Amino acid sequence: MTLTVRRPRGRAGHGAPPVSWWRGRKAQGWLYAMPTAVIVAVLFIAPLLLVLWMSLNRWPLLGQATFNAPDNYTKIADNALFVDSVFFTLKYTVIITVLLSAVALGLALLVQESRPGVGFFRTAFFLPGAVGFAATSLLFYGMLNADFGPIDPMLRALGVTDEPVKWTGTPNMALFSTIALVLWRFAGFNMLILLTGLQAIPTEVYEAARSDGANRWQIFTRITLPLLRPTLALMLILSITGSLLAFDQFFIFTNGGPDNSTVSMVMVIYRAAFFRFDLGGAAAMSVVLLVALVGLNVLMMRRLR
Amino acid sequence: MRYYTTLSALAVLFLFPLLWSGYASLEEPSNYVEMAAYGEGVGTYAANSVLVAVMTVGGTLVVSALGGYAFARFDFPGKNLLFLATLAILMVPYATILIPLYVLLGYLGLQNSLVGLSLVFVMFQLPFALFMMRNAFEAIPRELEEAALVDGCGTFLAFTRILLHAVRPALITVGLFAFLASWNDFFAPLILLNDGASFTLPVAVVSMTSRTMGAIDYGMLQAGVMVMAVPCLILFIVLQRHYVRGFMSGALRG
Repeated sequence: MTLTVRRPRGRAGHGAPPVSWWRGRKAQGWLYAMPTAVIVAVLFIAPLLLVLWMSLNRWPLLGQATFNAPDNYTKIADNALFVDSVFFTLKYTVIITVLLSAVALGLALLVQESRPGVGFFRTAFFLPGAVGFAATSLLFYGMLNADFGPIDPMLRALGVTDEPVKWTGTPNMALFSTIALVLWRFAGFNMLILLTGLQAIPTEVYEAARSDGANRWQIFTRITLPLLRPTLALMLILSITGSLLAFDQFFIFTNGGPDNSTVSMVMVIYRAAFFRFDLGGAAAMSVVLLVALVGLNVLMMRRLR
Repeated sequence: MRYYTTLSALAVLFLFPLLWSGYASLEEPSNYVEMAAYGEGVGTYAANSVLVAVMTVGGTLVVSALGGYAFARFDFPGKNLLFLATLAILMVPYATILIPLYVLLGYLGLQNSLVGLSLVFVMFQLPFALFMMRNAFEAIPRELEEAALVDGCGTFLAFTRILLHAVRPALITVGLFAFLASWNDFFAPLILLNDGASFTLPVAVVSMTSRTMGAIDYGMLQAGVMVMAVPCLILFIVLQRHYVRGFMSGALRG
């Protein structure tokens, strides 16, 4: 950048005639955009290039990096934990996306009309979304503990079970409990996204359909769903991307267990970097995940919009 | 009536965990006393979290307001490229660039630093914030700015004296999103901070579950959950309108 002009603070333009106030606006524009440019260049573009370079090197946490391409990539396929985590993360993503869409759509339809008290319910459904994901994971960690939490005594009182429930004891239970946690945290958030879409549908469209004798189901499938499509697509993209990057819930709530059955892709990357101090290997897996996700995002945006 | 019964049942389902956590933490008030003495003291972690939130919110507001003004009102070479590069942050999963960021911050002398962490948060917030601010500045009638310029204000004076007032609602939305993101994030501080004294609340409270310290104190853990959750709940309830605006703006669309 060749900009050496310091932005004069205050009255530099004092008395300038209206015709010329836009002169030099190019330089000014650059100055205002400069902080953005610096942040994007240093903290986004540079790490993007660095992750590529790291993935081509043996890069220990401490000590000298040495060029070893393409070892970091070839050993990914041999990393059984990573391969398993890919399948697990995909499975988790499919389940969460289907359930979350259904629950969020249900909630949004319930609270879309402004009736008395609806505002309270909208807020109630959304509130978990204001709580952090780490806090949510810890909340469920306590709530689903057989000795400390309230759920087990309740289930016993209702006669559903008379033994402590192993909420994270088996792979399926661990996944089930995590899904409950994620639904609780994100249902309201996704409901809010869908509500913005629902409210953008003009009421005249509904009125016209009703006067044509359409029943509620017809209105839902012929009008609401098609007109909601762009919003649903946005929700799907956010949910899929978010789930493929799942980390907090598995790191905190299930700790990857039992027997590494709930280890997500990002968890494997984290462990490679900070348990095995193999930053090069972690970088290579990051690049693979990054390319896959960007590709998927582009594909979804083309398809769904 | 069935409508309200259904809604109420659902509301109980959504509110119960929060109410239980509050109850469980208060059941023994000593939970909070023990938590205050945990590790470096919960005060240290809370102070770290507050500091990071202040720097993140402040940094995001300054950078995105200036940038939004530039993108809404000026033409300069590379404008579209910079805008696309900023929006590309949304496309690139942030978890995949935290490891190079950890190395990079080391080069800059910002490893294990709350400043470094805040800068990373500002970067993550930037696409949403810049998009919001650009739209807010575009919505201001040009005459307002032109009048100020004719009156002899420089663009910077017009910006600080007049335009910033007009975009206040957008600033609140951007600030709220930045606060919630920095206060709640767990993965970035987990990677970028490595010394107990610099931990933010989420990392510190999660460390209460590591069994190396003996039995897990579940009551203290829920007290930690409350300390993290309550500020967010209050802020959300107070600023709900502004939060929803963030959704309506379409800025979530990557």
